[in-house]
Amino acid sequence: MNDQNTIKIDFLSKRRIAFFLSSLLIIISIASLATQGLKKGIDFTGGTLIEMGFSETVKLDELRGLLDQANFNGAVVQHFGSSNEVLIRLLPDEALNTAALSNKMLDVINKQFSQQGELRRAEFVGPQVGEELSEDGGLALLYALICILIYVTFRFEYRFALGSVAALAHDVIITLGFFSVFQFEFDLTVLAAILAVIGYSLNDTIVVFDRVRENFRKLRKGSPTDVVNISLNQTLSRTIMTSLTTLLVLIALFIFGGEIIHDFALALIVGVVVGTYSSIYVASPITLALGISKTDLMVVVVDQEELDKIP
Amino acid sequence: MMNHFPAWKNILLVATLAVACIYALPNIYGEDPSVQISPLRGAVINSGLLVNVKQELQKADIQPLSNELTEEQLLLRFSHTDDQLRAADIIKAKLNKNYVVALNLAPATPQWLRSFNASPMYLGLDLRGGVHFLLEVDMQAAEKQAVDRNATDIRQFLRENKLRYLSVVIDDRKINIKFKNQTIHDEALEGLSSQFRTWDFIPGSAESSTPTLIAAMSENEIRDVRKFALQQNIITLKNRVNELGVAEPVIQQQGDNRIVVELPGVQDTARAKEILGATATLEYHMVDTEHSVSSAAAGRVPLGSKLYNSREGGQVLLKKQVIVTGSEIVDASSGIESDTGSAMVSVSLDGPGGKKMSKTTRENVGKPMAVVFIENRTETKMIDGKPVRVKSIVEEVINVATIRGHFSNRFQTTGLDNTAEARDLALLLRAGALAAPIDIVEERTVGPSLGQDNIDKGFYSVLIGFVLVLIFMAVYYKTFGLFADIALATNLIFILAILSILQATLTLPGIAGIVLTVGMAVDANVLIFERIKEELKNGNSPQASIHAGYEKAFSTIADANITTLIAAIILFGFGTGPIKGFAITLSIGILTSMFTAIVGTRALVNASYGNRQLDTLKI
Repeated sequence: MNDQNTIKIDFLSKRRIAFFLSSLLIIISIASLATQGLKKGIDFTGGTLIEMGFSETVKLDELRGLLDQANFNGAVVQHFGSSNEVLIRLLPDEALNTAALSNKMLDVINKQFSQQGELRRAEFVGPQVGEELSEDGGLALLYALICILIYVTFRFEYRFALGSVAALAHDVIITLGFFSVFQFEFDLTVLAAILAVIGYSLNDTIVVFDRVRENFRKLRKGSPTDVVNISLNQTLSRTIMTSLTTLLVLIALFIFGGEIIHDFALALIVGVVVGTYSSIYVASPITLALGISKTDLMVVVVDQEELDKIP
Repeated sequence: MMNHFPAWKNILLVATLAVACIYALPNIYGEDPSVQISPLRGAVINSGLLVNVKQELQKADIQPLSNELTEEQLLLRFSHTDDQLRAADIIKAKLNKNYVVALNLAPATPQWLRSFNASPMYLGLDLRGGVHFLLEVDMQAAEKQAVDRNATDIRQFLRENKLRYLSVVIDDRKINIKFKNQTIHDEALEGLSSQFRTWDFIPGSAESSTPTLIAAMSENEIRDVRKFALQQNIITLKNRVNELGVAEPVIQQQGDNRIVVELPGVQDTARAKEILGATATLEYHMVDTEHSVSSAAAGRVPLGSKLYNSREGGQVLLKKQVIVTGSEIVDASSGIESDTGSAMVSVSLDGPGGKKMSKTTRENVGKPMAVVFIENRTETKMIDGKPVRVKSIVEEVINVATIRGHFSNRFQTTGLDNTAEARDLALLLRAGALAAPIDIVEERTVGPSLGQDNIDKGFYSVLIGFVLVLIFMAVYYKTFGLFADIALATNLIFILAILSILQATLTLPGIAGIVLTVGMAVDANVLIFERIKEELKNGNSPQASIHAGYEKAFSTIADANITTLIAAIILFGFGTGPIKGFAITLSIGILTSMFTAIVGTRALVNASYGNRQLDTLKI
């Protein structure tokens, strides 16, 4: 064995600590999701949202008072991005929730508020549409996981598939948990981000698995644990490089992308960090625990060589 | 070990890049404020019209930058928004209502690029500003209308064929027809079955003293009624949107009972909603003059009549029978009545409507006829913690007028409060009243300033993320990093080119997808370069290492990217507008990045290192 096949960092010796950490994070996530749930945006709850821009700082109390007076009960008013901009939200409420509502509210503000504002964004989502989106979103996550399970089983082996899907579920639960614990808003773009996290985290896992498979065939000595450990070490610099470049652009997006894209970028940042960790400490240990061994991977050798010939 | 691309491969690569550049290029040119004139109802666009319009603009001292004349539209470009707005007003005043005059931002793509059919990306509403509506057709109402219509026809059929019935009653979506005896029942069953082929007739039990025939729409008929309701609504909405004067509206079916309407650039959502969402329709009824309103108001409403509220206050007793409905209205226009000076609407009916009107007015000259304005309102109420939509129908008599003479398909409706109301009513009537009510179930409006902000922020995010990755790669992988950087830049050009060619909609999440792709695209290069480093460490020669690095990394790259692509495709299937945009740019980015990162960098590496002896490799 030359320099390449030695273990620099013994990742797997710390898998108990990792198991404990992952379990803890998952328990916290599930507990939070069960008790306080997600702070769903109007995409999922239905309701009305208005974003307005003003030329000067907006006094929120004054605006709240005005809206209360005009019988927009339960309107949530907050600054958005800067103190010159406000976001007004109304949850679906008895008899109040029609598409005409945003126009009524604009009317009140433009006629009675101390400064003239400009409409930047108005959204109305009917409760039915919101409910459907919640369902469709959950289904989309499920379909994604199933399709990936099938693909990985087909390309590798079912133990790898289970390991990678477990890692993905781990990432999704913890990212959702993060949004639940800190009560960041969960809207359609965040859901899209979570699906992208699935793609990213899987990317990472596949790269490690690919190397594990290769090493199982190539290395004559060593236990499965050693093989996985060597593979993790060999792919480590790639894992770090790719995570760094991705995080770099995501942080740029988080800082410069504007308020609307903020939560989206945040979900991806959390997902990429968790996804990088899980491809090392969740996917591989689970595959090992399921009893992967050299013989399991010998069957596909012919296929693999055929594929490698494709430039 | 040879690291050399044959000449054809290099030429192909350069050619692909050149094509990509041509199609990506239109995106760097801005947009000209312009006015778009398109014809309606058989009007024509020709050079005569252009000369006319130009003369009018000349008078106001406005000089268009250029004009484009096609069969579908006349487009005039201006250098300033001021000119554009003034010109639009002048043109609107000059042209009659057979033309739609809309403000537009026309891409300022130069002629030589347009000759390649190259055009810039299509920006989504969140970037260009505008309104997105999701409308739902009330299918229950559509079915109920069909049942009502058929109940009337069944009565008429039975009367005409002298089949005496006791009653024809609508029960939910079925019609119960009672007869005095079994013989008439059987005769009616035979007659009705052959006349109403799309209906199912279930015979009543023979023992019953009053045999009851139950009529119900067949499955096929229900499907047709629903399909028709949706299609008629789409056509109606298209007409209504034309009336609004929007440059590039989108009206599409979504699912089996929803319609998406996108109006780029429209800011006055209140008006748009009034026009689109108001499901007002009209019904013409004869006034019941034989009975008194006061006794009806006291509860003794005569059979075949119904008490309506009047808009001016008070009540009016009308015959239940509908003469014509809004769906039979072909055209309507507002105007001023010459003798009274009050607002009026001129109405034309279609053939069947005209016949019915003719029959009624011939028999009823001198008698009053009323117009009932029917409005569908929807409110959401919380019942047991669940949102339930409650529908209410408000029927109001807006006009009672004496039939002054026999007329058929052309007449005037007067008695409207003011010209504005007449105009709006005419607008709704002209577009053809809706077959089934529609509700707005989703609305998203983005103001123009936010749209521009989103573009700017998106652009900066891409730029900053891009530059950061460029620096990072160059520092870490040195010369090879520069190759990856060139591949990354090429990748961006490819993404822009493909988005422009497909005319896929670019949204803010779509830009986020591009940013994410920038970060992830270098992954393929990282995999390759790390492999080359490993090979070098294993003691292989630089040339062999390069060769093996690309070779061995390929299947890993393919597997990793295909799985991401699966996630992106599912996202596309699930997503609505903006999310689809994210899925599209992500998918395109994955595919193009594989090409640029593998083939592109290989070409650069081969060209730089391929044909010489290397002792070391800086990577």
